[in-house]
Amino acid sequence: MKLTYADVTAGTEIPPVSYPVSRLSLIKYAGASGDFNVIHWNERIARSVGLPDVIAHGMFTMAQAGRFVTDWAGDFGTVLEFGVRFTAPVVVPDDDHGATIEVSGAVEEKLDDNRVVLTVTATSAGTKVLGRARAVVRLP
Amino acid sequence: MAVNKDYAGRTFPPGEPYEVSRVKIVEFADAIGDPSPLYRDREAARAAGHPDVIAPPTFAIVISMASARRVTTDPGLGLNYAMVVHGEQRFEYTRPIGAGDVLTATSTITDIKQAGSNTLLSSRTDIATVSGEHVCSAYSTLVERG
Repeated sequence: MKLTYADVTAGTEIPPVSYPVSRLSLIKYAGASGDFNVIHWNERIARSVGLPDVIAHGMFTMAQAGRFVTDWAGDFGTVLEFGVRFTAPVVVPDDDHGATIEVSGAVEEKLDDNRVVLTVTATSAGTKVLGRARAVVRLP
Repeated sequence: MAVNKDYAGRTFPPGEPYEVSRVKIVEFADAIGDPSPLYRDREAARAAGHPDVIAPPTFAIVISMASARRVTTDPGLGLNYAMVVHGEQRFEYTRPIGAGDVLTATSTITDIKQAGSNTLLSSRTDIATVSGEHVCSAYSTLVERG
């Protein structure tokens, strides 16, 4: 499916998607990103610095929101801007389920030059984990 | 408050250029769980108008963080990394990062301020090709929890 600028209407909601996150996700992400901050893999140290448990890398959460945006935009969409605030950590317990990041969004407005502004919302365990998440995408 | 505010405004010149490999892009895409062929299949990427496979948008953090790490781990800055969480992140792209790009990153500490017991450290990293083409600017705020 090739989404085009003409297809898009401001105010349209984008259906939510759930993305799983496990301890293994965080270990893979640490290796792939080079961010080995101990709070993302060591429960003992995470708790000792006042966190409830191991937390996901903020950038892992942002990457899930990024997938949501690029999946919506399709292969011919280009991300021009993408920004988030990390409002709460995604807590990832050491069990068989891990955590889930729920991402939803909406088309906020259409700009000139085939640009579209998306607002994105992400929650985990009922808590908002990203704030002011916004992407500007150029569509064909 | 251990963070040295004298570092605000400091620019750190680029280190060694970062060569983007297809293997690294796949590793990153796998780690974020994104199966898109644009990150794996050169023909799929070409069909979408790219010269080679591209990287997911947030891959830029690999390059900006490697650059910013030289800043955040500078002993003179005094940042306690175990107490650091990510506050904000924003990217502005001129084009997607792609396999074969040889990139340099220049980081500037744009602001260091206190917010209650927390210290906020904001930085900007400009990512460009070695021939000077701008690819992405990354704006980051780290929070040292106090």
